[in-house]
Amino acid sequence: MSKSEKRPNLAVKLSGVELKNPIMPASGTFGSGKEFDEYLDLNRLGMVVTKGVADVPWKGNATPRVAETYGGMLNSVGLQNPGIEHFIREDIPFLQNYNTRTMVNIAGRSIEEYVRVVTALQNQPVDLLELNISCPNIKEGGVAFGTDVDMAYRVTKKVKEASRQPLIVKLSPNVTDIVAVAKACEAAGADGISLINTLLGMKMDIKTRRPLLANTFGGLSGPAIKPVALRMVYQVAKEIKIPIIGIGGITTWEDALEFILAGATAVQVGTANFRNPRVMVEIIEGLENYLKEENIDGIEELIGAGHE
Amino acid sequence: MVHKSIEKALILKNQALTPEIHEMVLGVKTTLGVTPGQFINLYCKDGSRLLPRPISISEADEKGGTLRLIYKVLGKGTEEFANLQKYEEIDYLGPLGKGFTLEKDDGKTETQETQEILIIGGGVGVPPLLELSKQLKGKKRVLLGFEKESILIEDFKKVATEVAVATTTGDEGIKGTVMDLLEQGAYAPKKIYSCGPKGMLKAVQAWGRERNIPMELSLEERMACGIGACLVCTCKTKEGPHEEDWSYKRVCKDGPVFKGDEVMFE
Ligand SMILES: Cc1cc2nc3c(=O)[nH]c(=O)nc-3n(C[C@H](O)[C@H](O)[C@H](O)COP(=O)(O)OP(=O)(O)OC[C@H]3O[C@@H](n4cnc5c(N)ncnc54)[C@H](O)[C@@H]3O)c2cc1C
Ligand SMILES: Cc1cc2nc3c(=O)[nH]c(=O)nc-3n(C[C@H](O)[C@H](O)[C@H](O)COP(=O)(O)O)c2cc1C
Ligand code: FES
Repeated sequence: MSKSEKRPNLAVKLSGVELKNPIMPASGTFGSGKEFDEYLDLNRLGMVVTKGVADVPWKGNATPRVAETYGGMLNSVGLQNPGIEHFIREDIPFLQNYNTRTMVNIAGRSIEEYVRVVTALQNQPVDLLELNISCPNIKEGGVAFGTDVDMAYRVTKKVKEASRQPLIVKLSPNVTDIVAVAKACEAAGADGISLINTLLGMKMDIKTRRPLLANTFGGLSGPAIKPVALRMVYQVAKEIKIPIIGIGGITTWEDALEFILAGATAVQVGTANFRNPRVMVEIIEGLENYLKEENIDGIEELIGAGHE
Repeated sequence: MVHKSIEKALILKNQALTPEIHEMVLGVKTTLGVTPGQFINLYCKDGSRLLPRPISISEADEKGGTLRLIYKVLGKGTEEFANLQKYEEIDYLGPLGKGFTLEKDDGKTETQETQEILIIGGGVGVPPLLELSKQLKGKKRVLLGFEKESILIEDFKKVATEVAVATTTGDEGIKGTVMDLLEQGAYAPKKIYSCGPKGMLKAVQAWGRERNIPMELSLEERMACGIGACLVCTCKTKEGPHEEDWSYKRVCKDGPVFKGDEVMFE
């Protein structure tokens, strides 16, 4: 068989977990997959990443919770979620029906809250945990963890001690030195880093002459943030050894490839799911075609290739 | 399993009804499964505008395979739609959401030929009530409120027992709002269906509640996914007898139509 006839290999290994491909949804844009089940085959995804879940139900912020901006959007959902008990009862059994990996995104306002969630997940069929220390939409604690190097170290260490699954820490871009935060998480025992969560922003409603979002500020996502996200992945990839999941504005297979070249082992697709619920399958197919055309055996060869 | 996806619709008509309100007729693969009160996501061609624009289905013609939309030119997205030409294509997803109830749990119709039904609409909340009025049975009294200019009055007259109009300016119908029509009319309906601005829905809800009349209210909220996944489009709903028994439901998936006593207005 000539090289070009081989089926391109998209498989990657992420923090010890084999993924059939590096494409997965970004937390909070995909629920737990149920709503997207009508629109795409969940089995095609490298992994499903669930909406952030806390130890008890959170109601979230008042509406409006969304504003469109040029090439992006702001959201201020405020981590509305039904709590870990409900999640274990309803969402995990649903995901068990699919041949895909699962990563649970963990929300909390204190170290104790985060620890309670990962403890509850210890014996659950979950492959990876993603610790969200970066949500800009909650007032207590949340964001402080991700923007302070010492806090990031402490929370990562404590949560890691309580976790049975590999722990990925999701970082906030709203810092002056992303590399320092990433290094602190690595030193504390993190098994990987997700980069980036949303950038803090706002929009004025010129008709009412007030901030449009009920919460005043929201998190900016979508194509508008891609260059910032890519820069951060590139910078962090130079300085840490644990794998990186690249996130931020990824809409096409070309975008995904840029992040992989910058050093991401896998990538997440968020806002783009709202414009096209099938977009992740299209990205997977695009990457397969690229490997075929370029005669590349496996996508792993390309991880971090942009640094050479 | 066949997965649903974004489809291309052919624009068969796109014209102004008033300077602000436009009508678009889309040729689609099928209108099967459309219930009155549902909406579609319309997508902009300009890539800087990522989010879908939710627009209600005003009429669905099964034989012709068409959807009729009535939309107000409000911002950049609807301005783009207004400039599209006949026979251009547009991306859409849907029908989406939970529409009005036409049938009871036992499969029988919710309203009967002789029953008094009140249908109350305001502004761009009026369009989805047209398909509803077509499909409901009973004595359909329709109250419509607008700023200055009315729309769809002739269409409603064809399918309703009575149509009354109010405008804020007094240019058409009575000068005032649908609430004035309601107070003047001595109505005693068995059921109320309503869609329009929050303030109007709140007043309708209070009116119906006082008289213990079952209601269905269609809400509007800013959306992102339109399919229930992102939780940006929530509204407060009652979950029990106490003040603090409430939760956020999704307007795009659990609604846009809710039971009248369930919705909590701020
Ligand atoms: C379920 C539902 C059904 C609707 N049906 C109709 C209809 O039949 N006819 C009609 O004229 N309008 C309808 N609307 C309102 C319509 O979606 C908005 O007017 C439209 O999205 C405005 O887009 P724009 O780009 O012109 O405005 P912009 O202000 O430029 O839009 C910016 C962003 O805000 C959102 N947005 C702005 N105003 C609204 C609003 N009032 N409601 C929801 N999102 C908004 C837009 O979708 C977009 O994401 C409906 C809304 C909902 C939620
Ligand atoms: C509506 C919405 C909800 C989100 N909820 C979460 C969440 O619960 N937990 C989390 O870690 N990130 C959350 N995010 C951030 C995304 O996972 C992602 O990091 C960010 O949107 C950037 O990627 P994108 O540009 O591809 O959307 C949310 C983003 C959006 C738009
Ligand atoms: S718009 Fe995403 S849940 Fe309703």
